[in-house]
Amino acid sequence: MAEVEFRGVSRRFGDVQALHGLDLSVADGEFLILVGPSGCGKSTALRLLAGLDKPTSGEILIAGRPVTRLGPGERDIAMVFQNYALYPHMSVFQNLAYGLRQRRTPRAEIDRRVRETAVLLDIDGLLARKPGQLSGGQRQRVAMGRALVRRPQAFLLDEPLSNLDAKLRTQVRGDLKRLHREVPVTSIYVTHDQVEAMTLGDRICVMSNGEVQQIGSTDDIYNRPANTFVAGFMGSPPMNLVSGEARGGSVRVAGTALADFPSSDRPVIVGFRPEDLRIDGPSEASTVPARIDFCEPLGSHVLVHALVEAGGPGSDATPTSVIAQAPPGTSYDSGAAVGFAVAPGKVFVFDAETGQAAPPARDHVTTARPGSPS
Amino acid sequence: MSTAELTSSVEPGSTTRAWRLPFSPWHLVLAPLTFVLVVPLLWMVVTSLQTQGEANRFPPVLLPHDPRIANYADAWHTAPFGTFFLNSTLVAFVVVVSNLVVCSLAGYAFARVRFLGSTALFMLLMATLMVPFQVTMIPVFLIVKWFGDNVSPYLGINHLGALMLPNLATAFGIFFLRQFFQTVPVELEEAARVDGTSRIGVLFKIVLPLSMPAMSTLAALTILTSWNDFLWPLIVITNTDQMTVPLGLSYFQGAHQTNWPLLMAGNVMSLVPMVIVFVLAQRYFVQSVAGTGLKG
Repeated sequence: MAEVEFRGVSRRFGDVQALHGLDLSVADGEFLILVGPSGCGKSTALRLLAGLDKPTSGEILIAGRPVTRLGPGERDIAMVFQNYALYPHMSVFQNLAYGLRQRRTPRAEIDRRVRETAVLLDIDGLLARKPGQLSGGQRQRVAMGRALVRRPQAFLLDEPLSNLDAKLRTQVRGDLKRLHREVPVTSIYVTHDQVEAMTLGDRICVMSNGEVQQIGSTDDIYNRPANTFVAGFMGSPPMNLVSGEARGGSVRVAGTALADFPSSDRPVIVGFRPEDLRIDGPSEASTVPARIDFCEPLGSHVLVHALVEAGGPGSDATPTSVIAQAPPGTSYDSGAAVGFAVAPGKVFVFDAETGQAAPPARDHVTTARPGSPS
Repeated sequence: MSTAELTSSVEPGSTTRAWRLPFSPWHLVLAPLTFVLVVPLLWMVVTSLQTQGEANRFPPVLLPHDPRIANYADAWHTAPFGTFFLNSTLVAFVVVVSNLVVCSLAGYAFARVRFLGSTALFMLLMATLMVPFQVTMIPVFLIVKWFGDNVSPYLGINHLGALMLPNLATAFGIFFLRQFFQTVPVELEEAARVDGTSRIGVLFKIVLPLSMPAMSTLAALTILTSWNDFLWPLIVITNTDQMTVPLGLSYFQGAHQTNWPLLMAGNVMSLVPMVIVFVLAQRYFVQSVAGTGLKG
């Protein structure tokens, strides 16, 4: 086990800058998630760490040792690929043993470690089979076993759950968490799924356009997003972001003051999460007026989609879509006029030009109490 | 369309009578084509069992009056067929092994290794496929003669080395294997490299075991080409001891007369190994053409 460090790592492909000076440290035994949309540079960063690609500039260290110029086999890392990359002409046993054979491990030791790992992952009954005879979940576990058996200094996982169905994904996510608890190897996990990111990692690194947007715990990322990208990417459904203004010491949307915000008068972006919204009547105090678009019943709750005229009722600005999470059974007619109240302390303010988070807004003195919908 | 329906004219309300062929209509096209392709082979076998008089008769004799199996023994003893077969086998073996080794290395380099000029070099290699042998046979002759004079006589004119040297690797073989290697998922190679395999190790331990259809196809095609090669051996070999089977069959073609039964018997004997090779390798032809469909 070891710590992993990126120091100013950049990677350019022709005219495209895939990574811009990445500075990142992963502590010994930590499970770090790299999350972001397609093309954000997370897989590039993982491949550079694995040695499957060379950085344009910068340094990569594993356990304090520079590995930038070392080949993949010399870095003592193991990788789980998105499509598992099991050797189809080898049995499960041979797949697990392959890396150990390459390192000239004694046969008896190979046999012992392969069987131990197979038992740990509940694949000991599959050792004679070929990958083509396994289900998706079994292949997944064999791929993890192939990485685990080597006892590397770091695990690299490149979207390993993306090829699984939803139910299996949930199950394997739990298996991964348990596995990391039992074998706490430094792990870097790449995913575009923010649910995986929030549930699996000790820390999350949100990336976009080759740059780190924010690094922090799940709580940090979710409750203190650094900018509009992080706010809008993390959370399902994502945070609602509407145009507003800082005026007269408060932050306002559609003319409604939502919270105290000492600042010069300027346009801002106001964010609030769906679960922090309460749907009231349209003329209630401190509610943002909106019109219902449609409702999505999901069993445990209802997602209510509405349109907010950020410039105020009757303005020419294009209405902004807003989602609120309501209790099960909630129903509204399309076009119905409502008002959204935001829970105290749950108003996020971002600079309209840079998208960066402003200091937290304080509750407006007349903000409505939290509670169930009317 | 798998079946054909021939229907008589139908009046509304009346019973329809559908006529169906008991086989696919494609057979109506394939059967005559097969006949056209098989007839020369059958004629060759029939002629090999005839006497010289029957072979020269017109119209041709379709069934010999008294099949003469002894033609095969006569053909074998008239010319040193054993030597011809041995030479052809040796040349084919060396050429096949060399092609498999060299073309797989070159094909892998072109498929997976990025180096300066790789695209231009590959285009140049492919361009040589368009140059007919008749254009290059004299320069190749001179090169082989130079090898024989300056490197080793066994590589020169009138030796089996002259048959092997120009064919140790072919542009087609490199192209064929390059195309196949590109279908092997690159993640398998990356996984092997992460597991500590060297670049060349990835080729031998991962890529080649997955490329057996392509390798078998290339081996079979190379054997067929080498075994049937007539023009190049005709140019460089004059010693009977160094002749291959196609060249040796010319023994039965005299200046004024051709011994057709013995010539055909020799042809049938030379055909047998190639038929065996083809029968053994034919499923690999289909596999390599259809693609691997490999998923990790």
